[in-house]
Amino acid sequence: MNVEAVWLACAVAAALAAVCGIALGLAASRLPPATNRLVEQIDALLPQTQCGQCQFPGCRPYAEAIARGEAEIDRCPPGGETTVRALAALLDRPARPVDPAYGTTQGLRVAVIDEERCIGCARCLPACPVDAIVGAHRYMHTVLAEQCTGCELCVAPCPVDCIAMRPVTVAAAARWTRAA
Amino acid sequence: MRFDTSPAPHVIAGYSVPRVMFQVLLALVPVAVVQVVVLGPGLLLQVAVASVTALVCEALALRWRQRPSLPTLRDGSVLVTAVLLASSVTPLLPWWLTVLGTAFAVLLGKHAFGGLGQNPFNPAMVGYAILLVSFPAEMTRWPVPFGVDDSHGWGELARLTLTSFYGGAVDPAWDGYTGATALDSIRNGLEQRYTMAELLARGEVVGTLGARGFEWINFAALAGGLYLMARGIVRWQIPAAVLAGLLLPALVAHALDPGAYLGPLTHAFAGATMLGAFFIATDPVSAATSDRGRLWYGAGIGLLVWVIRTWGGYPDGFAFAVLLMNVAVPLLDRYTVPRIYGRARD
Amino acid sequence: MTTRNEFPSGLVLDAHKQPVAAEPILDVAPPARLRFALDQGSGVVLEPAVAVGDVVAIGSVIARPSDDFGAVLHASASGRVIAIESHDATNDDGGPCIVVENDGRDTPDPALPRGPIDYTALDPATLVDRLREAGIAGLGGAGFPTATKLATARARSARRLLLNGAECEPWICCDDALMRAEADDVVLGGRVLMRALEAESCVIAIEDDKPAAIDALRAAAQSAADTITVEIVPAVYPQGAERQLVTAVFGVEVPARGLPADVGVTCQNVATAAAVARWARSGVPLVTRVVTVTGSGVSRPLNVRARFGTPLATLVEAAGGYRGEPLRLIAGGNMTGRALATDEVGLTKSINTLFVATHQDLAARLAAVEVACIRCGNCADVCPAGLLPQEIHRTALARDADGAVRFGVWDCIDCGCCDYVCPSQIPLALRFREAREWLRERDRAAARAAVARTRHERRERRLQEAVAAEQRAFDVARQQARGESAPTDPGTAT
Repeated sequence: MNVEAVWLACAVAAALAAVCGIALGLAASRLPPATNRLVEQIDALLPQTQCGQCQFPGCRPYAEAIARGEAEIDRCPPGGETTVRALAALLDRPARPVDPAYGTTQGLRVAVIDEERCIGCARCLPACPVDAIVGAHRYMHTVLAEQCTGCELCVAPCPVDCIAMRPVTVAAAARWTRAA
Repeated sequence: MRFDTSPAPHVIAGYSVPRVMFQVLLALVPVAVVQVVVLGPGLLLQVAVASVTALVCEALALRWRQRPSLPTLRDGSVLVTAVLLASSVTPLLPWWLTVLGTAFAVLLGKHAFGGLGQNPFNPAMVGYAILLVSFPAEMTRWPVPFGVDDSHGWGELARLTLTSFYGGAVDPAWDGYTGATALDSIRNGLEQRYTMAELLARGEVVGTLGARGFEWINFAALAGGLYLMARGIVRWQIPAAVLAGLLLPALVAHALDPGAYLGPLTHAFAGATMLGAFFIATDPVSAATSDRGRLWYGAGIGLLVWVIRTWGGYPDGFAFAVLLMNVAVPLLDRYTVPRIYGRARD
Repeated sequence: MTTRNEFPSGLVLDAHKQPVAAEPILDVAPPARLRFALDQGSGVVLEPAVAVGDVVAIGSVIARPSDDFGAVLHASASGRVIAIESHDATNDDGGPCIVVENDGRDTPDPALPRGPIDYTALDPATLVDRLREAGIAGLGGAGFPTATKLATARARSARRLLLNGAECEPWICCDDALMRAEADDVVLGGRVLMRALEAESCVIAIEDDKPAAIDALRAAAQSAADTITVEIVPAVYPQGAERQLVTAVFGVEVPARGLPADVGVTCQNVATAAAVARWARSGVPLVTRVVTVTGSGVSRPLNVRARFGTPLATLVEAAGGYRGEPLRLIAGGNMTGRALATDEVGLTKSINTLFVATHQDLAARLAAVEVACIRCGNCADVCPAGLLPQEIHRTALARDADGAVRFGVWDCIDCGCCDYVCPSQIPLALRFREAREWLRERDRAAARAAVARTRHERRERRLQEAVAAEQRAFDVARQQARGESAPTDPGTAT
């Protein structure tokens, strides 16, 4: 065997190793460190409805479960396809439709209390995950539409079924900019 | 009075993909004419076989993908792929290899990625590369150009073409009519320790300007390419960069050691140079999309062609150069985004 | 900020203007009934200032904006308010409107000043307020209140006034006709606006395909040649887009997401300047405008001066009525105009053109079959914002928000040049509008989510604290109870 060729091969391998090592070293020092911010990143993509449809008590617990690899990314009906896509991109998993077992995706809806029928029992107040229902015992309650996430958790506790979910129509502000 | 509504703008120029493709086909006519004169009628057979195969494959693929077939079949893009492939292969190629190459081009090169507009690789070059690596002997057997030696006329070329096209055994008496292309024989000659001067002196290799016979095909391709440029279908960036990327290294190397390296003029008018620069590298779908990106893309192709021609194992490197640069396109696109009005360059 | 003499590319389009622009501007007789849309085109819905049954006169305020982004609206005829419709049944765009029955007497509002306004005696800030009260709004098509623009420019010390007479869009020639017929008014308006801005200079920019307008304005501006100059710009669409014109005239780019005021320029349309002059000469607020009525679908294309609220059908009649088979009624030019659903709506401040299109005008668009993008780059070649529309299209299609923003979906000026040249016949401008709407929706959802997250976290914390407090109280109570019963042995008692 040609000794020269062996030396050459060794030299090439060593040079390659050196170049790759330097490159990796540079990358490690220049690029941001891979900290364990995954839960925050996942949580940021969830719609924060806090509805519990994913069978976790809120968005953050679901995010933690996803981060631990204990839950699939297809459990969030309020987020729908957009959220699944975003999660899939973040986690490098295949996107898929939302599992219908956890509910169906609908547009944003907010709870509305029929004030005629509300008896002021205050049972809906603790159910709201974002404190968006104001009222007190024996006084009529009302929902802060701006803060309501549409989680529907207040609907079940109401003994007189006076809470309804109404779709929110966002005024389509499609304006046409013009030239001249 | 009531009216229907529709979004602005309400008028368009009415350019269309079929029209673009038709212009490309039109610009290929001179290439076809000259090639038929110089290399015999094989091209016409290749074009016919490739076109039919391409249309059938496209129709099948659309059917499998459950897409409407008529608008796509009519857009002419698959015909351009077929004709480019047919113009790139040797006119002596047996018909079943043409079918195979075209089928790969359309099915693997185009539809496997999602059809028109989605293919990362130039489909014609996918087909060409597959043929070249699988059937190197058939792919590199070219007719000796008409007029290179006096022993055969166009009639013999035609008969040779037909026999070879149908896959029949070629009469040993016709051995003199087939051979390697100029680029190929020069590389082989250099490997056999002939000097460049000896090779060039043989006469059958280099003609007036470039590779004997092929120089005229390249001229026709140049003419067609300039026509496309004039019609605004091809922009100058890619062809200019391809030629610069190929000819500048050739010029430098030739100046340093004329005995080992072909001169730029021979490179410019040999092999698939002009066809590649104006018709193949310019396929917009698989090329870089910004002006600056196109310059890098073309220069990369040109340089790779020169490298492959000079040191590679294949006679002409266009297919591989284009495919390699196709891979680089997402990277080029990412780093060559032009500055947006009102924004600082980032 | 970088300098560049011209904006990138654009389109040279067939203008379809000259014969019409040379004809005199026809005054349209006031109709028996006027409909004043509460959205005059700037996107702000005004609050009615009158009630049904009120008597109004020319120049009476009938609606006011609730913020600075709408312009005061005045009655353009005298008569009675017979209806305020919350939803205009004739209007598919759903805008509310005020209907006024014209008594035909054309009484001016007694509260209006009589005779010309001595604008030189007014201090600039007051002059801006007076322009606001006069309802002056951008007549180039945006309908944006001029006073607000002037106030912004004053706040940023933008001391260069640019009067936009480019009028780049095909078929539109109302500004051309106005510049020819009322050049003195344009110059006078320029002076008033300069006073309001305390401007140092005023440039009137006109495209080179309007030589008559250029001559007329040069003659009119002669007396003020030291401060008011006429600049000729090439006839390229969209030369009249504000940013592009600023670049063409001053060689500087308006920063992305910024305003011309950021580079010291305020841009006003020449028609707006002429409207300012009318007000300054008479004291009557903005109640009329010049409109081009054109297209293959009208018998005799021409420019008309009409009162706001005049039904669009009346304008078409003034142009000889419909001809052939009109397919679209477009408010604005054929590149950026909005197709209206009916001709029964009233003229607004932002309608500069009525383009009645027939099959002849729309043939290519109507026959368009969209196919996949082949990345040919035609769109990038013509994009006046220097974008790669093919890449925005690709990212928007993939719902890649970051990509679309990076490639400049917000820098798109919606001029439609890319649509025009696309061989794949993709409705790119529409796609980009949809993408922006989708991005806005996404931002709204993100904002909502952020609020919900904070509220939820606070609530969780509060609940935890409540539990902890209870536990502490319990512990203390237990401690005390033990202290009384078994003070010597706290460790074993459970």
